[in-house]
Amino acid sequence: MQNTDTHRNKGLPRTRLLKDKAARWLVIAFSVLTISPIILIIYKLIVKGIGQISFDFVTQTTPDTFEAMTAVASGERIPGGIANGIAGTVLMVVLASVIAIPIGIITGIYLYENQGKKRADFVRNISDILQGVPSIVLGLIAYLWVVKHITQGFSALAGSAALAIMMLPMMVRSTEETFKMIPVSLKEAALALGVPYYRVILQVMIPTGFSGIMTGILLAVSRVIGETAPLMLTALGSTLVNWDVTRPTSAIPLLIWEFYNDPNMVGLIWSSSLLLMGLVLIFNLLSKWIASNRT
Amino acid sequence: MNENILQITDPVLSLHDLTVAYDTNKAVKNVSVGFRKNSVTAIMGPSGCGKSTLLRAINRMHELYENITTTGQIILNGTDITQMPTIQVRRRMGMVFQRPNPFPTMSIYDNVIAGYKLNGIRLKKGEKDDIVEKSLTDVTLWDEVKDSLFKRGTFLSGGQQQRLCIARALAFSPEIILLDEPTSALDPIATSKIEDLLVHLKENYTIILVTHNMAQAARISDYSLFMYLGDLVEYDKTKKMFTNPRDRRTEEYLTGKFG
Repeated sequence: MQNTDTHRNKGLPRTRLLKDKAARWLVIAFSVLTISPIILIIYKLIVKGIGQISFDFVTQTTPDTFEAMTAVASGERIPGGIANGIAGTVLMVVLASVIAIPIGIITGIYLYENQGKKRADFVRNISDILQGVPSIVLGLIAYLWVVKHITQGFSALAGSAALAIMMLPMMVRSTEETFKMIPVSLKEAALALGVPYYRVILQVMIPTGFSGIMTGILLAVSRVIGETAPLMLTALGSTLVNWDVTRPTSAIPLLIWEFYNDPNMVGLIWSSSLLLMGLVLIFNLLSKWIASNRT
Repeated sequence: MNENILQITDPVLSLHDLTVAYDTNKAVKNVSVGFRKNSVTAIMGPSGCGKSTLLRAINRMHELYENITTTGQIILNGTDITQMPTIQVRRRMGMVFQRPNPFPTMSIYDNVIAGYKLNGIRLKKGEKDDIVEKSLTDVTLWDEVKDSLFKRGTFLSGGQQQRLCIARALAFSPEIILLDEPTSALDPIATSKIEDLLVHLKENYTIILVTHNMAQAARISDYSLFMYLGDLVEYDKTKKMFTNPRDRRTEEYLTGKFG
């Protein structure tokens, strides 16, 4: 930062010093530009949403539109909360994780163990393509498979299936990349002790790569927790707290969409978004913290 | 039979016509050799001569990689181990690698008994304690770590980590210990400790050591094996080979003309 003013720059033409300054300010300006959206978003969410956040907000279900209208008209806080959305999000994300994490880790191990082989390359490419499939399309697929044929109606299971397909390629990649960073000598050390292959994977590779796999899980969760489009076609939404995976279920992002479409509920958009943003932020920071604490 | 190759009577381990190929490229060619019990045998030669490849063939490490093929016989105490399951073979031999590689998720204590732990062999607390203390004492690490047995193994210095890895190999009471350039990543003081240790360990174990450090082979080995481009060129008592090599290539290598 200081070196433009030191003796090293004495005798340089003014234009070069000016160009140097201009370039530095440009870099700073664009960096600020990059981080400003997130700061503005968080600022706006806190300012507009914090007023609604209360104990009721996380324990009560959504009010009906008439209740909300009366409250808004008399200038009171909108009653009720988004407990149905929170419960639905927890239910569907947990179920999606239960489906995607084991399959993703096992596939990741397969890819790691078969580097450079055609079959593995094929799987890896397909997985990459899957990552690029628009989430609404995944919702459509889950609708066809689960809503129409398994639960015979909109359901949390269908929502979880869509979210699980989204998480899968992320889990595959993060597991493979994590395993690639573990020195081969560690695997060989275990094998040289006469340890069977499956025990090497379970007791040496996975524990050693635990923080990497955990980081992958948290990032995948924080990625799908805010998904709205696939849930519209699968989970549909509900005004009740629902723990039955075969029934329609709400989710925080679904509620935000519903509030947006109801003029009386607009006040709840900000607080719901604040909560969702907070969750995503926590998962992200947690994954960064785990990643930085790697041994 | 090649007259430059010493014949060992009643060897603990012998290789017969052992050939190892990476795809079609032969890295070890028709090596037949016997190893004397309770001695240190050094395998030396210039980089790429196949010495590590030969060592790794003994505990059948190459079978992890599909592009490597091994042919020939390996006889350990009278049984051909090429026909046994690799898991059994590897439990009868300890291996120590070039870089210290303690398991980073395990404590020093667990690293020593890793062979039992990872194989799911249950031991009583007392048995475990005995094995840990004996193995660590054998590698002269006990006094240095006895108060921090439950700290991670990766907190130790490089030399200590390598001795921990030797202890891990000893814990299973192997018939043979294979060491692949165990001191190449260590400083001279740590190296000399490991060398002293190997000399002391041969009372109870048979040691096969790969090294590209000729001085090391001269200091600690009883027998030396010189390899060049995949061929076993010469095998003899170390003293004899270093004072009176029979093959011209051995002589040139030992006198520093190449390597």
